[in-house]
Amino acid sequence: MIQVIFKRLLMLVPVLIGITLIGFLLLQVMPGDAAERAMGTRASAEELAEMRRLWGLDLPVWQQYLLFLRDCLTGSFGVSIFHKKEVITLVAERLPFTLGIVALSTLIALVIALPFASLAALRRGRPADHAIRQIFVALIAVPPFWLSYVLILWLSLRLGWFPTGGVGEGLAENLYRLFLPSLVVGLSTAALIQQTLRAALIDTMKADYVDTARAKGLRRHEIFLRHVMPNSLISTISIIGVRVSWIIGGTVVVEKIFSVPGLGSLLIDAIVSRDLPVIRGLTVFFAIMVVIVNLITDILYALADPRVRLE
Amino acid sequence: MSILSIRNLQTEFRGPAGIARAVDGVSFDVNPGEIFGIVGESGCGKSATCRSILRLFAGATARIVGGEVILEGTGDLAQMRESDLARVRGREVAFIFQDPLTALNPTMRIGKQVAEVIRRHRKVSRTEAREAALQLLRDVHITSPERRLDAFPHELSGGLRQRVVIAMALALQPRLIIADEPTTALDVTVQDQILRLLKERRDGTGTSIIFITHDLGVVSQICDRMAVMYAGRVVETGSVRQVLDHPSHPYTRALLDALPGQVSRDRDLTPIEGSPPSLITPPSGCRFAPRCRVARPCCAQGAAPVLKPRSGVSADHLDACILTEVPDAIA
Repeated sequence: MIQVIFKRLLMLVPVLIGITLIGFLLLQVMPGDAAERAMGTRASAEELAEMRRLWGLDLPVWQQYLLFLRDCLTGSFGVSIFHKKEVITLVAERLPFTLGIVALSTLIALVIALPFASLAALRRGRPADHAIRQIFVALIAVPPFWLSYVLILWLSLRLGWFPTGGVGEGLAENLYRLFLPSLVVGLSTAALIQQTLRAALIDTMKADYVDTARAKGLRRHEIFLRHVMPNSLISTISIIGVRVSWIIGGTVVVEKIFSVPGLGSLLIDAIVSRDLPVIRGLTVFFAIMVVIVNLITDILYALADPRVRLE
Repeated sequence: MSILSIRNLQTEFRGPAGIARAVDGVSFDVNPGEIFGIVGESGCGKSATCRSILRLFAGATARIVGGEVILEGTGDLAQMRESDLARVRGREVAFIFQDPLTALNPTMRIGKQVAEVIRRHRKVSRTEAREAALQLLRDVHITSPERRLDAFPHELSGGLRQRVVIAMALALQPRLIIADEPTTALDVTVQDQILRLLKERRDGTGTSIIFITHDLGVVSQICDRMAVMYAGRVVETGSVRQVLDHPSHPYTRALLDALPGQVSRDRDLTPIEGSPPSLITPPSGCRFAPRCRVARPCCAQGAAPVLKPRSGVSADHLDACILTEVPDAIA
């Protein structure tokens, strides 16, 4: 097991070399000058030159790339032009909020999706199934920004149950404050899980071993909970994995609306201010996260299904 | 008194092409301690008949639309509520499925799967059920059973898995075991072991067994009485010796002529021309008539013929041929 994990992490190396190269070159062709952005329009030519020299922007491209590689290897991922901090420090400050949204939204998604997927599968083809499908298709179709504002208007402003945004101090306070943004993200995750899980449940219900369970005299709920559900959930593990990788960097809109200082908003701010080291550093960091999430997904998969072996 | 008495059973399967009456007026009796064979081609309704007994229809939308399934001392299973039938399943009547590779839950340990059926019907503790499961694995001659308890199905061979399936079926000493082609998916040596295991069980406890197969060799090896099915109906029934040595229905004869073991060197195998009729729109009269070599025009008319004893033959050897005299030379 440990060996396999080590091997998989080793496979990260070529992936990361590719990511750094592509990420770096793409930023080279991006219009806009980082020094000008950082200094403002009133900076003199000398000041701009000094700025470029300080951040190594005047060096040949290949030297800049090597410096970037060095920053990645030392773990700092470079220094932000805008924040004047190491990128890794910025990530460390914001990662907890992003992971909070990941965890909370996935939990919310499971709590919503499991009962509705079960109900839809057990009543497949009947009105309840159709109604549930319509609702969840609508959830996928609704843009997150719209849903965010509706929830803010309704749950925050009218009912006053939740703050309109921002983060606070301590775990409990933050879980409470992250609930609404997590709900927005979690609802579309729920729609995704509901649809795959429903299909998996219907498929599993036709399995021979479910007939075996019936032939043993087990009652409907025993068959469903002990045989159908566990085997169906296995296929949703990979769906959740893909979704989690996406949430880590992809919740910009929700983070912006709810003023959550997460990784998504860090990335957008960096792009707007041409903060090259942050954009590059985050690109590499996101790539690492995707590989790690995939690895965790595979480990969970192997634990859940005894037939699957990690390799 | 027979332990199971099926009377005029009718079961319909709803599919995209329409409603197929896979079982259409099937009747037979199973006596205590006997192994009753049901043979026929694929799709003749032998499996559907047996699944109807316990209403195990997998994902299919199937429904018993008529007839009775009387289990001695229990009543008509066809009329029973699902929750009452669940108490019969596994305890009084057990089922052995065709494919041991798919009949076991891939993510549940063997011991738990065997213990589950015991815990469902008896009030025993977890450890007691586990002990009982261990003993059951021993009973079906599984080597190093302690180790197998914690194994997952994919870690066992096909033969071992079928033994586990049989162990689950034997767990509560049911009066009747329905075995749906239990050896078809296994290779020949394992097949023989499984057959011996079932026979041994019958000899030891007097359990009745319904044995479904398309292999007439297997029938002659272990069955006492048998029924031959064609297109959803029983066309001939009697003791195995009566039916196999003196087949009276043209379909049974044609089946035997298509069997390699029955052929002497100077004769070729005789295939049955054509294919079985649609069960959605079955032909009138005798359903085998379109393929029958001795059919006359009257065969394809009227209602499907019923089982009756042929004159001059034993009273418990029945066939459903319209013709009173069937010429011997079918081939």
